[in-house]
Amino acid sequence: MFSINFVILIPFIVAALVPFLYRRYKRIHVGWFVLFVPITLFVILARLIPSVASGKTYVHTYEWIPTLDFNFTTYLDGLSMIFALLITGVGSLVILYSIFYLSAKESLQHFYCYLLLFMGAMLGVVFSDNLMVLYVFWELTSVSSFLLIAFWNHRKASRLGAQKAMLITVSGGIAMLVGFIMLHTMTGSFSIREIITTISEFTDHDLFIPAMILVLLGAFTKSAQFPFHIWLPDAMEAPTPVSAYLHSATMVKAGIYLVARFTPVFGTDELWFWVVSIVGMITLFWGSFNAVRQTDLKALLAFSTISQLGLIMSLLGLGSIALQFGYSSDSILYTQATFAALFHLINHSTFKGALFMVVGILDHELGTRDIRRLGGLMTLMPFTFTVALIGSLSMAGLPPFNGFLSKEMFFAATVHIMELDIFSLPSFGMIFPVVAWVASVFTFVYCMIIIFKAFLGKAQPEKLDKPIHEAPIGMLLAPMILAALVVGIFFFPNLLGQYILQPAMSSIYPTFGDTADLTPNISAWHGINPELLMTIGVILVGALLFKFLKLWKPIYGLFSSRYTFNALYNYVLASSVSGSNVVTNRYMNGLLRHYLMYIFLFFIVAVGGYLAYSGAFSFDMSTNAPFNVYEVCLVAIMAVAALSMLFAKSRITATLLNGVLGYSIAIFFVIFRAPDLALTQLVVESVTTALFLLAFSHLPEWKKENLPKQTKVINGIISIAVGLVVVLVGLSVMDYNQFDTISSYFENAYELAGGANIVNAILGDFRGFDTMLEVVVLFIAGLGVYSMIKLRAKKEDENIEDQ
Amino acid sequence: MKTLKINDVILRTISRIVVFIILTFGVYLFLSGHNTPGGGFIGGLVLASAIVLLYLSTDIETVKKSLPMDFKYVAALGVLLATFTGFGSILFGVPFMSQTFAYFELPIFGETELTTVTIFEAGVALAVVGVVVTIILSISEDGG
Repeated sequence: MFSINFVILIPFIVAALVPFLYRRYKRIHVGWFVLFVPITLFVILARLIPSVASGKTYVHTYEWIPTLDFNFTTYLDGLSMIFALLITGVGSLVILYSIFYLSAKESLQHFYCYLLLFMGAMLGVVFSDNLMVLYVFWELTSVSSFLLIAFWNHRKASRLGAQKAMLITVSGGIAMLVGFIMLHTMTGSFSIREIITTISEFTDHDLFIPAMILVLLGAFTKSAQFPFHIWLPDAMEAPTPVSAYLHSATMVKAGIYLVARFTPVFGTDELWFWVVSIVGMITLFWGSFNAVRQTDLKALLAFSTISQLGLIMSLLGLGSIALQFGYSSDSILYTQATFAALFHLINHSTFKGALFMVVGILDHELGTRDIRRLGGLMTLMPFTFTVALIGSLSMAGLPPFNGFLSKEMFFAATVHIMELDIFSLPSFGMIFPVVAWVASVFTFVYCMIIIFKAFLGKAQPEKLDKPIHEAPIGMLLAPMILAALVVGIFFFPNLLGQYILQPAMSSIYPTFGDTADLTPNISAWHGINPELLMTIGVILVGALLFKFLKLWKPIYGLFSSRYTFNALYNYVLASSVSGSNVVTNRYMNGLLRHYLMYIFLFFIVAVGGYLAYSGAFSFDMSTNAPFNVYEVCLVAIMAVAALSMLFAKSRITATLLNGVLGYSIAIFFVIFRAPDLALTQLVVESVTTALFLLAFSHLPEWKKENLPKQTKVINGIISIAVGLVVVLVGLSVMDYNQFDTISSYFENAYELAGGANIVNAILGDFRGFDTMLEVVVLFIAGLGVYSMIKLRAKKEDENIEDQ
Repeated sequence: MKTLKINDVILRTISRIVVFIILTFGVYLFLSGHNTPGGGFIGGLVLASAIVLLYLSTDIETVKKSLPMDFKYVAALGVLLATFTGFGSILFGVPFMSQTFAYFELPIFGETELTTVTIFEAGVALAVVGVVVTIILSISEDGG
């Protein structure tokens, strides 16, 4: 049976095949194979659009760990449909573009493997209904983003950018995980759908607000909201297809998705409205304000992305206010903000994707993306210029491009919000339209910078390494398709509204019944109203500001580079490294004896302390079986061996005595009729001895250590205490009754697992999960030993880092 | 590693035969583990110890020639096998890591119990063999 689960899994499966395809078909760019994946998935999903538009949702569950409520449940509804179409649609175009962008000399198998991992993880985020599964995919997007940013890992800036992105998004992710666990504590469910239906009973719960804040932290870090936006500009070290895909169209929108998905959960609280919309507004302004000062086109686009994400975020915040009033003709007005958010989400992906690809073309063909070296490209690169013009004007909010429509709706939403009576100060509501307008002016200015500084004016071929020429058609194809969409959506916006946006609205407002009311008719001309006047104002003031850019640009010099969030990040990173160095050097002194001491002391305090505290040290030996003579003999042998080890003169003697101990234990297992354990113990003992012999020649000479008497006494006390705790635990374990007995499993092993050997029934079946992970751990340990021995840097090796 | 390269005829002659006995015993332990003592872990360990004996009595080149495989891949294969049996159960609509068993009539063996645990245990055994031999070979190659 087909289910959405496979849509998530297919990219992962193909990712595993990429290295083989790469090796088998050396002469074909491996990107062509990979291209099939997003196109196929896009077609599969697109075929479901009509049924999703009519209100149908697809749920499918694979049970994973049902005892812990972890299930691999996928849920396809209107909201996840939008994101899934973006992921697969933009993904197809980006892969098409990357085939021409990346030469066959790059390690393509890595690139496409990571890209597919990302695609699968991102689809997992938007389709998962189970919060824990969602979290796993969420972190997987961070990991694949890390790998892709550091794709050119010989460059220091790439590695640092990747590290920064990873640290910030993963810490946000962990906060989100805690939020999810709080939600589970409150509602008893990990399923988002169940939580949405039951959350209204828990809005007064103590954990409601902390859970909301923590989930928002995850969303804000991922979507580069102020003040966590600092990772996004540094992430631009990635190859341009990655920037276009992850850091503009999809991954950074995971936070938007999370906020939209959780609007029905938390949106009824006024705090949600305030936090989301204010943070969004600050990000919108700060991003656009900083974009103007950039000279690197990619950095400019990065700040512009930050700003646009802030715009979408603030719209979601504004739209959540409708949930507080319930369903009425008044509150319908506020849902239009959410509608605008979803609309702008799609528009942004189209025009920003096209712009990123244009900048990639400039970088690829001319060798620079610095606006101080570019100029006059209009006549020499006409196709590239056309795409850039369409993208920039759409971003600036001008007709006849889709950005105009969503920008107008954004202005309308900020104007509507002033009519609310929840503001304590009557004039406070003004802040939304004012900030929105000012930020849009800056947006207009940086859009003009892209057009005028890069493409108009005088060409400066002397500053370029390569002659100016138009890009090959393959590279132009993907941005041209996006540019066509930018224009197409402007002329047929309602098609998008009805089929894609309307079902998503019902996901965000599940209690609002008929969603036809929630879907406004999008029109380019709607009379002379505040939003149109605002747009005209933006154009006039923006044009003036652009004209006199030189006069007011020194304003950026007022911001000292010492007090930025970047400086704070660097300071925290540097001081945590040096701080942990100090702490680690304190106790990691290279003396094995000390390390054993920590382990033993911890054991005495934790195990002995807890059992003594809980009063578990009680035993009754009257019912025990009597000792027989073999046991006494064995104990005597072991005691003699252990004591003589202390006085051994050579290492061989000590090893042999240790072996005596090991084999005696094996005999004990035989006496107590545990053949499995005896066998294991015997073989383990033999293999360890062989290993020891191998390592023998590496060991230093066996020397008598002359320790001060005090140290010896302390060591003696610790060893006796460890022995005492072990003996006490061994004795009292017979009478310990804090847990339910599990012997019924063993007695019925043959019926439950079909095996008469209960040891293996436990290992392979009852506790199969443990065994599986132990095998993985063993494997990792083996790889660790192997790589430590084989791959350690020799002294004469040159330092290949920091190029 | 020079210290272990002893020209001991008795050890070499005996170990050539004993290695096969140990290998057979390892396979026996692996298969019998379901109902009698044995199992994947111990079976794998016995197989590994046979290879270690081969190595101790001859030298590393001989081991590499007689067993021309990369034990890192053996270990990886084992881990994959053990993990994928877990996913296999998902395909049949039961929770992750569910094991099952049934009785079949086989031509020579008569009525035989076949169980998915055996696949899982095979993964464990391969992982143990692979990891132990990898560690031993890499330590011994490193020495001088």
